[in-house]
Amino acid sequence: MKKEYVMGNGAIALGALSAGVNLVTGYPGTPSSEILENIQKYSDGSVHIEWSVNEKSAMEVAASASYSGARTLVTMKQVGLNVASDPLMSLAYVGVKGGMVIVSADDPGPISSQTEQDTRMFAEFCRIPVFDPASPEEAFQMIQDAFIYSEKYKTPVLFRPTTRVCHAYASVEVPDSWRYREYEGFIKDSGKWVIFPRLSFLNHAMIEERNPKIGEDFSSYSMNSVQGSGRKAVFASGVSYAYAKECLQDHPEVRFCKIATPYPFPESFVLSALEGVEEVLCVEELSPYIENALLKLIGKHQLPVRVYGKLTGHIASSGENSTDSLRQVLGDFLGISMITEQMDLSDCPSLPVRPPVLCAGCPHRASFYAVKKAMEGRKSYFCGDIGCYTLGNAMPLDMVDTCLCMGAGVTMAQGFHWVDKEAVCFAFIGDSTFFASGMTGVVNALYNEADMILCVLDNSTTAMTGHQPHPGTGRNMMGDVVAKVSITKILEGMGVQKVLTVDPLKLQEAMDAVRECAALPGVKAIIFKSPCVAITKPQGTMKIAPSCVGCRKCIREIGCPAIVVKDGKVTIEEGLCTGCGLCSQICPVHAIGGVCHE
Amino acid sequence: MNKDILLCGVGGQGTVLASKLIASAAMRCGDPVHSAETIGMAQRGGSVISHIRIGERAASPLIPRGNADILIAFEPAEAVRNLSYLKKDGVVIVNSTPVKPTTEALQETGYDGTEMIAYLKKKADCVILDGEALLKKAGSARCFNMIVLGALAASGRLEIPTEILIEEMEHQMKPQFLELNKRAFHIGEEAGTDNEVK
Repeated sequence: MKKEYVMGNGAIALGALSAGVNLVTGYPGTPSSEILENIQKYSDGSVHIEWSVNEKSAMEVAASASYSGARTLVTMKQVGLNVASDPLMSLAYVGVKGGMVIVSADDPGPISSQTEQDTRMFAEFCRIPVFDPASPEEAFQMIQDAFIYSEKYKTPVLFRPTTRVCHAYASVEVPDSWRYREYEGFIKDSGKWVIFPRLSFLNHAMIEERNPKIGEDFSSYSMNSVQGSGRKAVFASGVSYAYAKECLQDHPEVRFCKIATPYPFPESFVLSALEGVEEVLCVEELSPYIENALLKLIGKHQLPVRVYGKLTGHIASSGENSTDSLRQVLGDFLGISMITEQMDLSDCPSLPVRPPVLCAGCPHRASFYAVKKAMEGRKSYFCGDIGCYTLGNAMPLDMVDTCLCMGAGVTMAQGFHWVDKEAVCFAFIGDSTFFASGMTGVVNALYNEADMILCVLDNSTTAMTGHQPHPGTGRNMMGDVVAKVSITKILEGMGVQKVLTVDPLKLQEAMDAVRECAALPGVKAIIFKSPCVAITKPQGTMKIAPSCVGCRKCIREIGCPAIVVKDGKVTIEEGLCTGCGLCSQICPVHAIGGVCHE
Repeated sequence: MNKDILLCGVGGQGTVLASKLIASAAMRCGDPVHSAETIGMAQRGGSVISHIRIGERAASPLIPRGNADILIAFEPAEAVRNLSYLKKDGVVIVNSTPVKPTTEALQETGYDGTEMIAYLKKKADCVILDGEALLKKAGSARCFNMIVLGALAASGRLEIPTEILIEEMEHQMKPQFLELNKRAFHIGEEAGTDNEVK
């Protein structure tokens, strides 16, 4: 054994490898992305690892491997589980042979997500077990247990860490090496692996009979724990357990319970933890899951216990918990003061705001600007999507009118067309997102004859989640150089008549391409191709000549973080500038020079 | 040892590497360590925080408000933004050179960091580092994280021997950057000595 200081996502990866995982699939999404990357980092090459094209594909690739007896891990963020829900709902009925663990990382806050959905609710909806780790150390052990339960009950299981577990670091004791785990291979049996209404009916009954047994099994699972004693109890789960522990570590007079397996609810364990208890405070994030389960159990057994939590307004209904928020609530609940002395900062000066922005030199800025200038004076709708380019919404670009979910921009542009035929309807989508869920939307537009312009912002990477490769990059997670899947050929093959490729950093050419497409009916596509600045070497820096008249058009129009005002003069911040040259192409007096595309 | 250290700054300033070095040095001293980083959308030019928690008492990865022994700020406004984390008798090690927000060029507020430094001095013990001058002395724009580490070592508040911090640098950094970073560390040590003001 050796100690590794790892991120929670690293601990999950190491745990899965220790469990002998044979195949790992996933789609990037904060806060889950580093799990699969750590699998690759620590694996010896015997594990099949892939970034699948989206979460649904990841789930299905893992499903058949699992039917064959292989242990499989699927990773995604919580909204990715929505995409993968179709195969998962059915898979819950069919079941698996080799252990199959689906990590769906929740994001209370939300910090980098569209929703505050709760994977524990999803597990109950699917009727499959879910594990809820409270720390990286616990996650390392728990994911190994998850594989064992999955195989024992022949069901896929969910594993849901939250951001503060995924991105927390701790030292974890890990084995020096892993033994390759053999598996039986697929044994054909259409009565078992082919889902038909009859099989679903039978298996549904089996699942409903089985799940209370899993709840009983979980009642003796060591990660469900109770400490302390007394008439007042605190029930906590996930990282909220850690916050509550911080507050309660000197209070053995409180009964303190951790629920690590929210579904199926470990009823016997909870009933014994409730013995002699009169009041319970539930401390959890996202949905009041444990609170509802407790209320149900207390009602079923008609216990004289009062339950407080989100439903009673004691815990916030949205956002994260923290040690600070719990000190107040727990103090009130226990009738003691837990507030620590803090500085009086009521006279604090007003602070500058730092909204996230497109990086200096980001080619997306140039793409948005080209469309904006080309469409000046024409009614247009700009449908955005999920990725760095959502930041194109910020002033002064102001080029994202809508953003809903991955791939939605392509189809929403069509909806706008059908209700407003005067307008030119644009969809902006990244290269990775195009492969994940943009392609079907383009077919929809072609089939239904919508007028729209698809703008693929192709920066040759999945930038927002940490620069993962995708089908267009020519690299995969097994370290192989593979054929690049061509977005142009896909679009041409679908029947898009006009597919233009431009370098967005050549402003005039980019604007001409936009105008050309805007003059034509039907589906048109422009691929704005320029690599992400975070993975390429800067070409140099721009310089501002003394001939600058200080009109500040560069600042007003493109909002590049590398253009600043110092002592009243417009200046280039050399540490930030990448020499993209966009500013030099808009300066009315040609005062910006240096490395430039013209 | 039980110690909470909060590092803060603006995305891209190198807070993560500094936090990793402190955490691994503390582990070498035999203490349990927990830490947490800002990852994701907030990294793009936004405010970033690293929490480092050393010792058995830390149950969660995030430092509660009023609990940090040391606040290390790579930027003056970020120090003020996170000052509520500091203990009443805690110390602030702060870079006085401001990073203007990108919105500043569009909408000037005149932010230059001086008001922040004055406020910090009023509220806590401070070690103030003139980042711009010290970086010039070090001969690189990208090593403030090592300067601040040197100043932290010199403050005597860390309770981790300087040799262990240096050894961790040797252990974790690419050899071609080591000399520059060690020089920056020593510049920070010098700047940190006799700089503590109330």
